[in-house]
Amino acid sequence: MKSLLPVLTVVGAILLFWVVSVVPMNIHLTADQAQRQDIVVTPDTPVARQEYSGIGLALRNTHLFGMAYTLERPRLPSPHQVAVELWNTIALQNITSRRSLVYHGWVTLSATLLGFAIGTGLGILLAVGIVYNKAMDMSVMPWAIASQTIPILALAPMIIVMLGAIGIQGLFPKAVISAYLSFFPVVVGMVKGLRSPDGMQLDLLRTYYASPAQGFWKLRLPASVPYLFASLKIGISASLVGAIVAELPTGARAGFGARMLVGDQYGQPLVTWAALFAAAITAAALVGLFSMIERWTLRRMGMHAA
Amino acid sequence: MKADTIIHAQGLNLTFETNDGPVHALKDVNLEINKGDFVSFIGPSGCGKTTFLRCIAGLEIPTGGEISVNGMTPDEARMARAYGYVFQAAGLYPWRTIGGNIKLPLEIMGFSKAEQAERVARVLDLVDLAGFEKKFPWQLSGGMQQRASIARALAFDADILLMDEPFGALDEIVRDHLNEQLLHLWARTEKTIGFVTHSIPEAVYLSTKIVVMSPRPGRITDVIDSPLPKERPLDIRDTPEFIEIAHRVRDGLRAGHVDD
Repeated sequence: MKSLLPVLTVVGAILLFWVVSVVPMNIHLTADQAQRQDIVVTPDTPVARQEYSGIGLALRNTHLFGMAYTLERPRLPSPHQVAVELWNTIALQNITSRRSLVYHGWVTLSATLLGFAIGTGLGILLAVGIVYNKAMDMSVMPWAIASQTIPILALAPMIIVMLGAIGIQGLFPKAVISAYLSFFPVVVGMVKGLRSPDGMQLDLLRTYYASPAQGFWKLRLPASVPYLFASLKIGISASLVGAIVAELPTGARAGFGARMLVGDQYGQPLVTWAALFAAAITAAALVGLFSMIERWTLRRMGMHAA
Repeated sequence: MKADTIIHAQGLNLTFETNDGPVHALKDVNLEINKGDFVSFIGPSGCGKTTFLRCIAGLEIPTGGEISVNGMTPDEARMARAYGYVFQAAGLYPWRTIGGNIKLPLEIMGFSKAEQAERVARVLDLVDLAGFEKKFPWQLSGGMQQRASIARALAFDADILLMDEPFGALDEIVRDHLNEQLLHLWARTEKTIGFVTHSIPEAVYLSTKIVVMSPRPGRITDVIDSPLPKERPLDIRDTPEFIEIAHRVRDGLRAGHVDD
């Protein structure tokens, strides 16, 4: 656990920056609200206050600091407000309730996992094709790279609308967008992995008069496993981003993306922030899970994790 | 060509086409290797010693001349799995145990599970690695890894063992030890061995026949039949006979050396 101290130091620094930022970010809203409660504020009109920066206004109204951390609809919520919101929507709600983040999380996660499975399968197939077929080697890679240069935010609504037009709705269109984002790292990693055996290792198989299929199963595929895991860890988080992005422009009623949008549209920043954190925690958990599987697999294979 | 000739090369040429023009890797190479010979190929880099070994193995295709292995073309001999090849690096698969690595050729060649296990045990014993079957390569020293790779080449009972500077990356003490072991192994298995090296003492100590080569173009400048007895303790290297052969090898290398 030598890595714990540096990690905690960074987390602490981010938290500190966050806490310090809350007052100047919220001070204008706080001042408006304080005035409605007959608390003295300088300067005393909203128009005059607009002349001041957040920091400037905060320094003139130090007595409002406490209020700035507890606004109901803050511009920047304080960490404890987000924590409370997370607790309320994760632990205190029935998980089948529409107010439960577990429910919304599962909606997003199921699309993520389906899309990840499709993307990984497609990525491995494409990589095998690229390594074994010269025509595919020359043609597929440029398209795969081009596919990742198109902003997914522009593409996602088109995919959803077009799939909707042919009657495909719900989980699958979101999974398609997840797959679209996750196949690419798998292709790149697996092509590198399948090509990682050097000339000597390939010559060795030639001296045994091994068939190409034996070369694949006994040499290229096992040699690519460490590369595959590196790709899977990137792919799974890309899948989650894809599923969330797929929920944003389409008016989805459930999922992390839907919660973020709802919070934004109805002026409930805590809802947005809680969904954001829940998504980040989910992504971290997924990557952590794959790191564990990686370590376990490579140890069983007699190799060390990269 | 005599009856016990295993490898026969006549007028062998190999030219690589490169961007800087053709490179004569082998020029007019003639050589006969008999059954049970221990033949060393020695010469500076670029003399074609490794290329010639690869031609025997069917890993390079000569551009002229003739070469036969067991009376077949090298490619046919490769199909018939006539030889085991040991590379400069052990090249063990890190995801397989030592036993698993030795099984690799046996799996590819379709030996039964029971026979695989029996052969693994036998060749591990042959290279003094009994008990290391379940270890992974990274748990072994460089010399042990190279012994495991020799075991792998021996596992399917090919008559010919081709070795391309197998001990080049090891330190001298380990190398002496492995040379001694290799001679015992050769005596026990009666294989025909082709051995590439750039060490004069190693070539003289091991070989019944020393092939001296020189570069640009790669060619044979001398073939020395060693008068040393088959039984060779390490201190044979201090005898006058040994030193005399080493002198002749050195002269051959010097004669072929062009100052350019």
